[in-house]
Amino acid sequence: MSAPATDRQKGRQVLSASDLKRHYQIGGGLFAADRVLKAVDGASFTLTAGKTLAVVGESGCGKSTLARMVTLIERPTDGSLVLNGVDVTAAKGETQRKLRQSVQIVFQDPYGSLNPRQKVGTILEEPLVINRKMTAAERRAAAEAMMARVGLRPEHYDRYPHMFSGGQRQRIAIARALMLNPDIVVLDEPVSALDVSIQAQVLNLLADLQEEFDLAYLFISHDLSVVRHIADEVIVMYLGHPVEQGPRAAVFSNPQHPYTQALLSATPKADPTQRHQRIKLTGELPSPLNPPEGCTFNPRCPFANERCRVEPPRMLSSQGSRVACHAVEEGRLPQVSAA
Amino acid sequence: MSQPASLLEIRNLSVDFQTAHGLFRAVDAVDLDVAEGDLVAIVGESGSGKSVSMLALMGLLPWTAKVTADRMAFDGRDLLTMAPRERRKIIGKDMAMIFQEPMTSLNPCFTVGFQITESLKTHLGGGRAEQRRRAVELLDLVGIPAPETRLAALPHQLSGGMNQRVMIAIAIACNPRLLIADEPTTALDVTIQAQILELLVELQRERDMALVLITHDMGVVAETAERVVVQYAGQQVEKQTVEGLFADPHHPYTSALLSALPERATTKRLPSIPGVVPGQFDRPAACLFNPRCGFATDHCRREEPALNGPPLPGVRCHYPLSHGMPADHPGKVEEPA
Repeated sequence: MSAPATDRQKGRQVLSASDLKRHYQIGGGLFAADRVLKAVDGASFTLTAGKTLAVVGESGCGKSTLARMVTLIERPTDGSLVLNGVDVTAAKGETQRKLRQSVQIVFQDPYGSLNPRQKVGTILEEPLVINRKMTAAERRAAAEAMMARVGLRPEHYDRYPHMFSGGQRQRIAIARALMLNPDIVVLDEPVSALDVSIQAQVLNLLADLQEEFDLAYLFISHDLSVVRHIADEVIVMYLGHPVEQGPRAAVFSNPQHPYTQALLSATPKADPTQRHQRIKLTGELPSPLNPPEGCTFNPRCPFANERCRVEPPRMLSSQGSRVACHAVEEGRLPQVSAA
Repeated sequence: MSQPASLLEIRNLSVDFQTAHGLFRAVDAVDLDVAEGDLVAIVGESGSGKSVSMLALMGLLPWTAKVTADRMAFDGRDLLTMAPRERRKIIGKDMAMIFQEPMTSLNPCFTVGFQITESLKTHLGGGRAEQRRRAVELLDLVGIPAPETRLAALPHQLSGGMNQRVMIAIAIACNPRLLIADEPTTALDVTIQAQILELLVELQRERDMALVLITHDMGVVAETAERVVVQYAGQQVEKQTVEGLFADPHHPYTSALLSALPERATTKRLPSIPGVVPGQFDRPAACLFNPRCGFATDHCRREEPALNGPPLPGVRCHYPLSHGMPADHPGKVEEPA
């Protein structure tokens, strides 16, 4: 590992995205016309060194597509994505290759994301072989230093992934992501496949590494209790649209969008004395191929009116957060206490 | 807990799996009593044997599993000595199970309607029109909109939450007296999870059905259960009421597990449990939790604690905790933060 974070300033903005969109063309078959799936439709956010931005939402809300765009695996179809001052939507060739080194990803399933035929040492050194001019001895030293940093023992260097437990594998995946000294690490549900006791170990490790290397985290999760613990800033997404965005404290203690309120209320609390009446959301997530007119949440929203069914809401500032909801804008939502 | 008229009675249930490296004990001396209308949660991490013990009860384990028990009785009838044909009359009818993955537990080749009427046909008989009427009624009961048209749907045409509702409809088709739900909401989103849990508890209350809920999610336990059994590495380590468990956990494992939850954390660093759940080759001697336990002494490494013995019944520990402090502990103990 080269000297970490020496040339970086604290609190530096490393990535900014504005009105980011990713639409997919879906072939309609022989007789049907092509359709457009709007996986992410207009997300704006910034990532800051040493801070964590969490994206929460249910399956199909576009949070993984967002992660793939930030990791430069997918190109946004519209909007701008500026990484370290360079617009990546236009970047090609060598520039793109350089940019990609500064964003790394840790996937959800540590059983699927490590090559079962490679030893841990090979897995960790592969990014260096591709991107750095280093001798084999230097690479080995770098890999061993990183292993020690994430809590793996030196003798693990020559072992295969199947010899490790889920938590240790996730440590290997994290070590691999850090080998190139990135600015941003995208964490796509990094602890949802792990047991509670192991989850705590990995979350602690992530917090330590963020502090040490001044990393910006994009933390994708559906688990609100984990997000509440780790995030600095939160985006709540629903069907490709951010519906609420703001500092953690504001989103959790004063959820404003009806969807955020329902999501918080649906999350079970580990306290039997606080069993409460949940806000009931009827129905299911509509198909993203055929989203409802107007506000995408209107068929499930208890406060929807005519305007919600026709006009898509815009993100507007409200009490310290940004919320996309007509009802919040018009002030016709009943006040709820913190869920 | 020893009321004689309990619906389900399990004493000293053990399950051993035949592996290439000898026997592996997945479930170790499990006792369970479930009364009519009871709501029990079995909670534990992966590998704690919570699913295997219930699969053993249902007779769904492969031949490599060796099931032994002193007693395993449903409604007073001994399941161990019963002929398989007799046992099949109980399973699926009076005792039903819901599995974790709704997408893979349903047969993709048959319509939802066929799969619901299948158990009706086997256990209740009746004409086809009668069965169809009942299937519509069941789908309506579990909250599937337009049930008549959904009968002809195949599982892939429904979402995960809808499929789990179908699984529940199949399980309650013959009005079971005991329903075992094995991680019924793990694969689902939180808003759908809330709907499914509400449905299960509602069914349990309305029909006075006993419900055994297997889960790894402490939040789900806190929101639904009345009694809780905590399992670790195949053993039951603590039995308590849900209020008692969350207010004053007695086993060090339960206590550590609860404080590792992000939502109960008071500091940025989570108090984590060092190490991992022991597997086949690194099973410790005596108390199975001793290598990871902050209070373990030589006594814990030498002698296995009993679940129902002294010092505290219902806790498998030599030094059960009381408000975070171990009782009669010989050595110096750090004050827990």
